[in-house]
Amino acid sequence: MKKYVLVRAFYSLITLWLLVTVVFAMVRLTGDPVAMKAEAGADPAYVAQLKHDWGLDQPLHRQYLSFIGNLLRGNFGHSFEKSLPVRDIYFERLPNSLKLGFAAFMISIVLGVPFGMLSALKVNSWWDRGGKLLALFGLSMPGFFVGLVLMIVFGIVLGWLPVLGKGRSALVAADPSTWMTFWFRDWSYLIMPAFALGWYFSGAMLRITRSGMLDVLGSDYIKLVRLKGVPERMVVAKHAFKNSMIPVLTFAGLNLLIMVNVAVVIEVIFNWPGVGQLLYDGLSNRDFPMVQGVVLMQGVMIVILNFTIDVLYGYVDPRIRLSR
Amino acid sequence: MATVLQRAPSIGGFSRVVRRSYRVLADVPTIPLLILGVLAFLAVFAPVLAPHSKLTPVTPTAEQCQAKFSMASCPYVDNVPPFWMPGGTLDTPLGTDFLGRDVLSRLMYGARISLVVALTGTLFAGAIGTLLGVLAGYMGKWWDQIIMRVTDAWLTLPSLVFAILLSSVRGPGLWNVVVILALVFWSRYSRAVRGEVLSLRERDFVKLAEINGIGKPTIIFRHLIPNVMNTVMVLFSLQVGVAVIIEASLSFLGVGVPPPEPSWGLMMAQERESLMDGRWWLPVFPGIGITMLVLSANMLGDWLRVRLDPQLRNR
Repeated sequence: MKKYVLVRAFYSLITLWLLVTVVFAMVRLTGDPVAMKAEAGADPAYVAQLKHDWGLDQPLHRQYLSFIGNLLRGNFGHSFEKSLPVRDIYFERLPNSLKLGFAAFMISIVLGVPFGMLSALKVNSWWDRGGKLLALFGLSMPGFFVGLVLMIVFGIVLGWLPVLGKGRSALVAADPSTWMTFWFRDWSYLIMPAFALGWYFSGAMLRITRSGMLDVLGSDYIKLVRLKGVPERMVVAKHAFKNSMIPVLTFAGLNLLIMVNVAVVIEVIFNWPGVGQLLYDGLSNRDFPMVQGVVLMQGVMIVILNFTIDVLYGYVDPRIRLSR
Repeated sequence: MATVLQRAPSIGGFSRVVRRSYRVLADVPTIPLLILGVLAFLAVFAPVLAPHSKLTPVTPTAEQCQAKFSMASCPYVDNVPPFWMPGGTLDTPLGTDFLGRDVLSRLMYGARISLVVALTGTLFAGAIGTLLGVLAGYMGKWWDQIIMRVTDAWLTLPSLVFAILLSSVRGPGLWNVVVILALVFWSRYSRAVRGEVLSLRERDFVKLAEINGIGKPTIIFRHLIPNVMNTVMVLFSLQVGVAVIIEASLSFLGVGVPPPEPSWGLMMAQERESLMDGRWWLPVFPGIGITMLVLSANMLGDWLRVRLDPQLRNR
């Protein structure tokens, strides 16, 4: 187990290093970070000053080394607009994103898992067809369109839910006294963005549940359980369900983080102050360090989560940790 | 047996071809093909079909100006509703936008942008990814190590976030979005293609080609790439929908296709204010366009996947 964890940690470090290198290289190869701040035709002296400030006038290897060195010290860059370290701003906003992510995650599970199970239990029935259609719509309707439709129907026409913003639902300043109540407050503001975000993932969840369930139902031990005369209801509820949840839960864990990350457009539409909106603010304020910093932070978080999932997997399933 | 042999020639070549192609075509999903066909037709012939310009406002009639501004003439009338609502005209069937431009014409040109960007972007991504995947799978050793480690790192970042980062340094622009899509999505292909090549390279036809002294480039291009085309096609068809959504999202955020051009995502972003003023149809029309396009691309992709890979049936 110890060896397995060490090997996974090593791989994660390599992935992290490559990820950081890819970001460094792509940013400099495909475009010009300065171009965002200084448009074409800007004063050359100003451009030179910007390049100097960001260290872009130094040779590439020096830039690379200082880039890596800064990251190792936990320095993800300094926002122009707010003149604060990107890391601090990011962590201040993260709880809001997590709250939205959790809610969306619950919605995607509530929608995806039961329908996926039904589809798998009644292959080629109307349930199955309905489930396929739901999954297809989930994967085809962009979240921001779902969000707009929800806003029109529930916010404007029916007036049931607040259209924009966070109410007191979101944490704006990192005030420890509000930490506990924050999670349970003002859910009415959360329903629409969470649904718009969770919608897409419910389609994916449905498909994974369905195929996982089909795999399990076709396996030998289910056949054995059936041969022993266990009633079908028990076969499904006790034996098949648990085993089919393994791929679903792994996928779900990863999904949660991806949701936090791809919520940009949803957060912009609903004016939700999460990390996605930081990215958008960075774009519209022409604040390149902010954009790059947020992207790097997200990359680091994903690598860490992947590592955690790998380790948990190895802990739960000895076949995995012994095969490597 | 004898009767079958006697009857066989009388069936004739033509009807057999018809019957066989009917069997293949019978389960082609007609609705998505139809939708895609119509969208492609509108996109290709937009300059001929569109009733108005995509960039300049529609010249209003005197009554419209009178009704809106109480003036005899005006440069344009903005936010004319669609024809079925009071105040709408059939001249601008879906109304005009906030600058008085014809929504229907802009939607047609928008289909053009979505299709061109998504198809070319996915095509480039497919070409890069396939080549790298075949190289990694066939050459093995450190080729494999390097390419696959980079692929893994590439896959770590969610595609939308990666696309936003790249677009922030490239700036807005139609072809910039194509480049970004190619750079973001190639890793999906290399991963799948490598797996396929790993098993292909152990097969007899590759081994025999190697024994005959055929060079590696020839083996790659003549023997391996044609054999991974099924996988690539399936991935391609499934990625097109994602590419449409990414393009729309980038344009929505203002870093995709730049403003005067009628990208669907951009149209939705520009009309967000209209929503608050009760003109719900303005952002909804492009949204329906995106959904129809992605939905039919995904349905075709699913069908292809089942068709080309029997192992995946019932999944």
